[in-house]
Amino acid sequence: MAENEVKLSVADRRSVWWRHQFLQGSWNYERMQNGGWCYAMIPAIKALYKDKEEQAAALKRHLEFYNTQPFVSAPIIGVTLALEEERANGMPVEDQTIQGVKVGMMGPLAGVGDPVFWFTIRPILGALGASMAMGGSIVGPLLFFIAWNIIRMAFLWYTQEFGYSVGTTIAKDLSGGLLGKVTEGASILGMFIIGALVQRWVSISFTPVVSRIEQAAGAYIDWANLPAGSDGIKEALTQYNAIGGTALDSIKVTTLQDNLNQLIPGLAAVCLTLLCCKLLKKNVSPITIILALFAVGIVGRLLGFM
Amino acid sequence: MNPISMLLVIVVAFFAGMEGILDEFQFHQPLIACTLIGIVTGHPTEGIILGGTLQMMALGWANIGAAVAPDAALASVASAIIMVKGLGGADMETAINTAIALAVPLSVAGLFLTMLCRTIAIPMVHFMDAEAEKANFRGVEMWQLLAIGLQGIRIAIPAAMLCMIPAEAVTAMLQAMPDWLAGGMAVGGGMVAAVGYAMVINMMATPEVWPFFALGFVVACIPSITLIGLGVIGVALALIYLGLKDLAKQGGGAGGGSGDPLGDILNDY
Repeated sequence: MAENEVKLSVADRRSVWWRHQFLQGSWNYERMQNGGWCYAMIPAIKALYKDKEEQAAALKRHLEFYNTQPFVSAPIIGVTLALEEERANGMPVEDQTIQGVKVGMMGPLAGVGDPVFWFTIRPILGALGASMAMGGSIVGPLLFFIAWNIIRMAFLWYTQEFGYSVGTTIAKDLSGGLLGKVTEGASILGMFIIGALVQRWVSISFTPVVSRIEQAAGAYIDWANLPAGSDGIKEALTQYNAIGGTALDSIKVTTLQDNLNQLIPGLAAVCLTLLCCKLLKKNVSPITIILALFAVGIVGRLLGFM
Repeated sequence: MNPISMLLVIVVAFFAGMEGILDEFQFHQPLIACTLIGIVTGHPTEGIILGGTLQMMALGWANIGAAVAPDAALASVASAIIMVKGLGGADMETAINTAIALAVPLSVAGLFLTMLCRTIAIPMVHFMDAEAEKANFRGVEMWQLLAIGLQGIRIAIPAAMLCMIPAEAVTAMLQAMPDWLAGGMAVGGGMVAAVGYAMVINMMATPEVWPFFALGFVVACIPSITLIGLGVIGVALALIYLGLKDLAKQGGGAGGGSGDPLGDILNDY
């Protein structure tokens, strides 16, 4: 081990924790939370790298694409702190490893963070506070604000520290060969997750109707000839249950999107992504592509094909 | 509304605007924002009640991935100001009900404004890139803070306008946004994530790992597999693949003569 081993002090990590609360501040359509991430990493970069070139390189690699639920981002930044610390102490941790770990973690952890925080904890505390507030009591808002922020800030700190200690443990066990494997594994995981995110989080839907087909008798609910009253409802629901959504109308409407989905859902999304890959390789500016996509969206809505 | 109240309202609006993007302290949630507006304008109870009612409406408004939810910040702040103005001429219940009715269209207007800010943030981040090249920490920090400030102004300006201009004019303006524009921006917003992902792919892709991209895409088509499930599959695949690569390397080294053990045994006979 080198004599001058640099370590991130608790004060450095606390500074990162505080700044991490501004993760989404410069949220942008190109690289999403990248600015806030870099902003949060600055205290660590300052502590670990004294050479201007190394600092610039560190800043650049922490301006890469990043997007996840803002609280589960804490363990990711913890692990990243550990990896950067090892790199600063001479271990050959590549950019690919760090980015691969970030990308590999950001998708699955968002899958945890979104339901837990946005759809469970916040609605529960919100409903609790709101019910008190509707009676005019200030306890409602106070309870919501205090409980939420205690939970949030504690979670951010403790999971960041957890990520940091786990990352340090993993990094300490890494000899050269193992580190190469982690890099490769991170690339594999990262590409797998990005493929999944393209399917799930890029949404393109073509609305034009391709066909309207008159369905055969028996394939749809004959509304005019149902028994009266609740028996009619029961009959209709039974038929709906057996046949599905197409039973509601005598005319089966197929949109262009339905046809595309028969090939594979998300086909348009992956084609668009691969097109963007090509354009970016040809040095088309990301802003141009983004503005063009917004324009396409507006035109599509105007002309009715999207 | 007296000048001090107006100033404090603008400050609250600024915080709500910032939190609308940061989503940490929750100053943009109706429970907090409406209460604060109520307090600084001298109508705390009405603010609290409006906040509670709107909070029930907004329980499900959350930004998932790149998708933007209806904007709680503008809805809370603007409807609270409208309610306060309404209290001047009508009774509490009417004022609150008017405010609630406007909350949803206001949230859509706020959504449009945040999409604007998120687009303007792109050149800001490019400036950050330039500062990073020079290892200028202060420069990077400055652009981050400016971006946050922009989001704050996003709500502070409409709030200031609402304080000064008759409420009807402002809401008419906010609702004047044509449907095709708002809808079109939403459609565009859904597609735009592809650019970011494409950047990551370009950085990470080697011929060897492209099959895993394809796998991830196809497996994600099964809706019942959650993102965690996908993460597990991804880790498992990586481990299996690396393990097999290892075995192949060892097999090649220690296998000696031919790679065909059965052939070797037969040859020995």
